[in-house]
Amino acid sequence: MTAARPKRDYSLVGESTRWAIETGLASAEWYHSEVSRKTMKELMQRSDGPAIRDTIIWIALILGSAAGAIWFWGTWWCVPFFFVYGVLYGSSSDSRWHECGHGTAFRTRWMNDVVYQIASFMLMRNPVQWRWSHARHHTDTIIVGRDAEIAVMRPPDLLKTALAFTGLLDFRYSLPRLFRQAFIGLDAEEKSYIPEMEWRKAVVAARWHVAIYVATVAAALWMWSFLPLMLIGMPRIYGSWHMVLTGLLQHIGLADNVTDHRLNTRTVYMNPISRWIYWNMNYHIEHHMFPMVPYHALPRLHELIKHDLPAPNPSMWHAYREVWPVLLKQLRYEDYFLARELPPTARPYREEFHNFTLPSAAE
Amino acid sequence: MADWIEACEADEIDEEDVIRFDHGGRTFAIYRSPDDEYFATDGLCTHEKVHLADGLVMDDIIECPKHNGRFNYKTGQAKGAPVCVNLRTYPVRVEAGKVFIRID
Repeated sequence: MTAARPKRDYSLVGESTRWAIETGLASAEWYHSEVSRKTMKELMQRSDGPAIRDTIIWIALILGSAAGAIWFWGTWWCVPFFFVYGVLYGSSSDSRWHECGHGTAFRTRWMNDVVYQIASFMLMRNPVQWRWSHARHHTDTIIVGRDAEIAVMRPPDLLKTALAFTGLLDFRYSLPRLFRQAFIGLDAEEKSYIPEMEWRKAVVAARWHVAIYVATVAAALWMWSFLPLMLIGMPRIYGSWHMVLTGLLQHIGLADNVTDHRLNTRTVYMNPISRWIYWNMNYHIEHHMFPMVPYHALPRLHELIKHDLPAPNPSMWHAYREVWPVLLKQLRYEDYFLARELPPTARPYREEFHNFTLPSAAE
Repeated sequence: MADWIEACEADEIDEEDVIRFDHGGRTFAIYRSPDDEYFATDGLCTHEKVHLADGLVMDDIIECPKHNGRFNYKTGQAKGAPVCVNLRTYPVRVEAGKVFIRID
């Protein structure tokens, strides 16, 4: 805390990493709202029912929209089917990957594992590497130099952020990474958060993904048609816009290098369709504070602790309107962030939880 | 030299639950299984040193509250990423309504 903070370096093996470790910001203790053990135990209870129901609907919609897209392939009528299929494949897979990675969607472990593997493939994410990067994201949420999942770095690259909605940038990054992991191995950053005993597993997982993509390309060449690629791989481009739309709001424009999720994470009220696609991850402060609580219990948790949290954004539109001027300001002054006000019923921000940035933070 | 240490009253722990017990500068987790048996392990997750007593007990599994790493609390076995290192377990006995654990 006494060491001078270096300029933000988002590498996971650089100056900011060293600074975060030296100051105790890495692997620190985080603020939690008060919830009794009895209540928390009720909220944490696992059940297969809600996730089995949602997964049956999810698979039925994927197969149904794929069937429609194949049936109408070659006509404009295939567009709405690909629209639905793309969002299910390229966006809703993110929340399934996320919740099953935590092991909270289903009570039964193998069900979490099966959906996790399928969703990881849809997202072009190495299931081993991303399990560990997400563990790090929860240990060191938006800690520069430690968190491997910071979506918008400072100063923000607005063009890159806008292009994220097309899925192109992430695709361009994800696919070559899988090939690199399959044929060369993990890089230094990945090795910084994946234990050595898991490296081999990560390489094997990447090889399986690559093999399926090679088979898909071979099928497309054999059929001399884009259809196989439109069904496998490409939805990661044309269907990821909803994942970006909802996911960007999780932390964008808020404080970094703090240890209170109320300062660096956002809860946003969303429409029921987006909430189903996103599996309630719009209650994101609640999720980060208590990652053991399954997605279907997050609305109840929100009601219990909202008196202790900043007011949620009432809509995605509201949240983006709030974020836009912050991003513009960060172009000139990267230390600027949106300091979220707490309601009078909340326990105040504790200086020791966020004094890593206060001296240089804007109001 | 191992000693039997009184950790808590047996009825302090709900069925299928866990509590924290600190002793001699160390921290432990004491479990009561759904079969009304008692077990003890080190109190901190081997992954990121988080107190397991804040986690969830399901059958013979304790799940860490921070990253959802799972251990079999009866054997200490780590059940997969993000936990890779087993948890140390300790012998437990219940006498006259009190839970004792043997610590070396």
